[in-house]
Amino acid sequence: MNETEFLMWVRGPAFQIATIVFVVGVVVRVLEILLLGRKGNLAEARGSATAGGLRTILTRMWPDRGTLQRSTFTVVTGYVFHIGLFVTIFLSAPHILLIRDVFGVGWASLPTTIIDATTVVTIITLLAVLVYRLTNPVQRFLSGFQDYFVWLVTILPLVTGYLAFHRIGMTPPMLLAIHILSVELLMVSFPFTKLMHAFTLFMARWYNGAIAGYRGVRS
Amino acid sequence: MGSATPVDGDCGSGAVRTGNVLPLLHEIRHALQRWLDAGEPAMIDLRSIPMAPGEEDELVSLLGEGEVHARLSALGPSDIYETRFPGVWLVTHYNDNEEIMSRFIEVIDMPSILKSQTEDIRDGQERLAAQLR
Amino acid sequence: MAKHKSLLETLQHQGISRRSFLKFCASTASLMALPPAMIPAVASALEQARRPSVIWLSFQECTGCTESLTRSHSPTVEGLIFDAISLDYHHTLQAASGHAAEAARTAAMEENYGNYLVVVDGSIPTANPGYSTIAGISNRDMLLETATGAAAIISVGSCAAFGGIPHAKPNPTGAVAVSDLITDKPIINVSGCPPIPVVISGVLTHFLTFGTIPALDALGRPKAFFGQSIHDRCYRRPFYDKGLFAESFDDEGAKKGWCLYKLGCKGPTTFNACATAKWNSGTSFPIQSGHPCLGCSEPDFWDGGGFYKPLSTPTEDIAATLVYGAAAGAAAGVALGTLNHARKTRAQQAHAPVTVDDLEKGDGQ
Ligand code: HEM
Ligand code: SF4
Ligand code: SF4
Repeated sequence: MNETEFLMWVRGPAFQIATIVFVVGVVVRVLEILLLGRKGNLAEARGSATAGGLRTILTRMWPDRGTLQRSTFTVVTGYVFHIGLFVTIFLSAPHILLIRDVFGVGWASLPTTIIDATTVVTIITLLAVLVYRLTNPVQRFLSGFQDYFVWLVTILPLVTGYLAFHRIGMTPPMLLAIHILSVELLMVSFPFTKLMHAFTLFMARWYNGAIAGYRGVRS
Repeated sequence: MGSATPVDGDCGSGAVRTGNVLPLLHEIRHALQRWLDAGEPAMIDLRSIPMAPGEEDELVSLLGEGEVHARLSALGPSDIYETRFPGVWLVTHYNDNEEIMSRFIEVIDMPSILKSQTEDIRDGQERLAAQLR
Repeated sequence: MAKHKSLLETLQHQGISRRSFLKFCASTASLMALPPAMIPAVASALEQARRPSVIWLSFQECTGCTESLTRSHSPTVEGLIFDAISLDYHHTLQAASGHAAEAARTAAMEENYGNYLVVVDGSIPTANPGYSTIAGISNRDMLLETATGAAAIISVGSCAAFGGIPHAKPNPTGAVAVSDLITDKPIINVSGCPPIPVVISGVLTHFLTFGTIPALDALGRPKAFFGQSIHDRCYRRPFYDKGLFAESFDDEGAKKGWCLYKLGCKGPTTFNACATAKWNSGTSFPIQSGHPCLGCSEPDFWDGGGFYKPLSTPTEDIAATLVYGAAAGAAAGVALGTLNHARKTRAQQAHAPVTVDDLEKGDGQ
């Protein structure tokens, strides 16, 4: 297989396989959680569960003061790399083209220089997160193989995308193929790892908020 | 840049530019310096440099035309002239259909292709001798 | 026949002056994409160069490559090169045909065994030899036979180099590239659909001048011409870097000459000399005239998912994959969910409060 064939495979069948694993995996896991159901609450409602759920999904977007003060580093780096990922994935021209190709909707892209700078900041932040995980005794004690694996599959698309854009180290078709392959690795690992938090996070927040809302208190 | 060169970065009016014209002018300036310091000639193949439409013309008009202009007829014409900057020559080789085959900027006191070649002189001498015989 | 004269002698014979020869050398060096400092080396190599014998084989092809070469500006460097090489056999260009032509090929092979150059355009069908034959000889047999005494093979065009359009899915003729059949000879791939004329003649000239194979990339293409991607030499690159793209062929961006990435430009993954050598005697090249690069010098460019599909988009129908995936996921999810629910209900039913008896029983053992 020469590099052009490799690129073609990565853009074609491999992307298809990754999509199937990703979608089937995510849908199954979400449905499994939802279908497990909850026992009906017999107590009289003192407020709206729906409003409470929605409110909590939104309010938890911002950290509360106590958490921020206790773990400033974790909170700040967390925000930076999540926003960085959002910007590089959803606001760069080649990626929007992909989204438009698949879903039929697209939007304006940010200038490449901004995407590029965001990429560098995001990579550095993720590196800092790893260093912190390795040096902080508590974090280190709590970390297992999956935590490092998830970190790796998250940073890989950023690094390979950066290399592909700047055409460093290998031929451009190879770099592009490796970039897309790294994304496929991310997609395939997604449903089976903590990366699922991107979906379950909202369910958990909703649930917390809904319980509190039902009881007429704020979560 | 030399004080007398009326060249700035904002020349021409083409919409698209590679930005290769200015670095090329700098390269020529350095080549002139090397010629002055060490008598070392330089030659730049214009085909090897990516140019946006109009940029080559822009370069050529920036270099301008100087005092010497020569035209060869050797395997089709060649157009050779010194630019506004003495020692900087523009050499354009055409084929019989006046299509450009190659184009060079030469930094030298005189492009060697202008000089008579020993082989040709010998050949000519023989022809002259034969004619006088 | 002046077959064994050196090139210089041939040129002198035509009354060409030394000065003309030097002009020729300068243009030849430029043609071969060599730096001007190499001109003297080119001159001394050309002085000694012998006319090689060339056998040109055309298989499953459209003659576009031969057109490209012969339509390149007449008596130019290339023209002179062709005066200087002896093209002993070329299906399309020679006057003789059928068995007379084959006799010429066999004669050229015998006379120059081990030293002749084979140029191939077109791919070779392997599904059924009858798909393409010349004087009753299948393409495959002719290639294998002709290659035995060749010094080197030049595959001209993407068909000979990589299989090209005949090799595109579903490849009804079982077309393959020269390099799929010949593995024991040096092969130079001059890809492109068609290749740029100056690239074809530049490679031929290199072989003629130095008698060696030029430095090749991983796909067997001469680095001098295929060493850099279209994208890396494209004059629209500053727009790519800034993220300024033409969205359609007639919008403001297209008029301003912005980057054609969104219109499907394959320049970033395509290696060819278009951006510098250009076409039609250096007049222009596709991107300069506002059309994205198709990637014609890369293997399987025909199956790359569509000429107007951007490079960052998948080549398969991912929207459909998503729908089927979601449906399959939903079915599996519901099935698993029902199973889990049943298990939970069973667990709840089997649940019995712990009694003092239970605890004592546990203690006793
Ligand atoms: C998790 C998902 C992804 C991440 C985090 C990601 C990240 C990146 C980054 C950081 C860059 C470089 C931007 C720059 O430095 O200016 C990039 C470029 C790029 N990405 Fe992605 N990417 C993702 C998914 C994809 C996918 C799915 C595709 C296509 C199938 C894709 C195709 C590209 C292309 C074509 C480029 C431009 C590279 C070049 O110019 O050669 N990316 N990506
Ligand atoms: S037009 Fe094509 S080759 Fe040129 S910069 Fe844009 S993507 Fe690259
Ligand atoms: S621009 Fe691209 S598609 Fe067009 S001739 Fe050149 S390599 Fe082939």
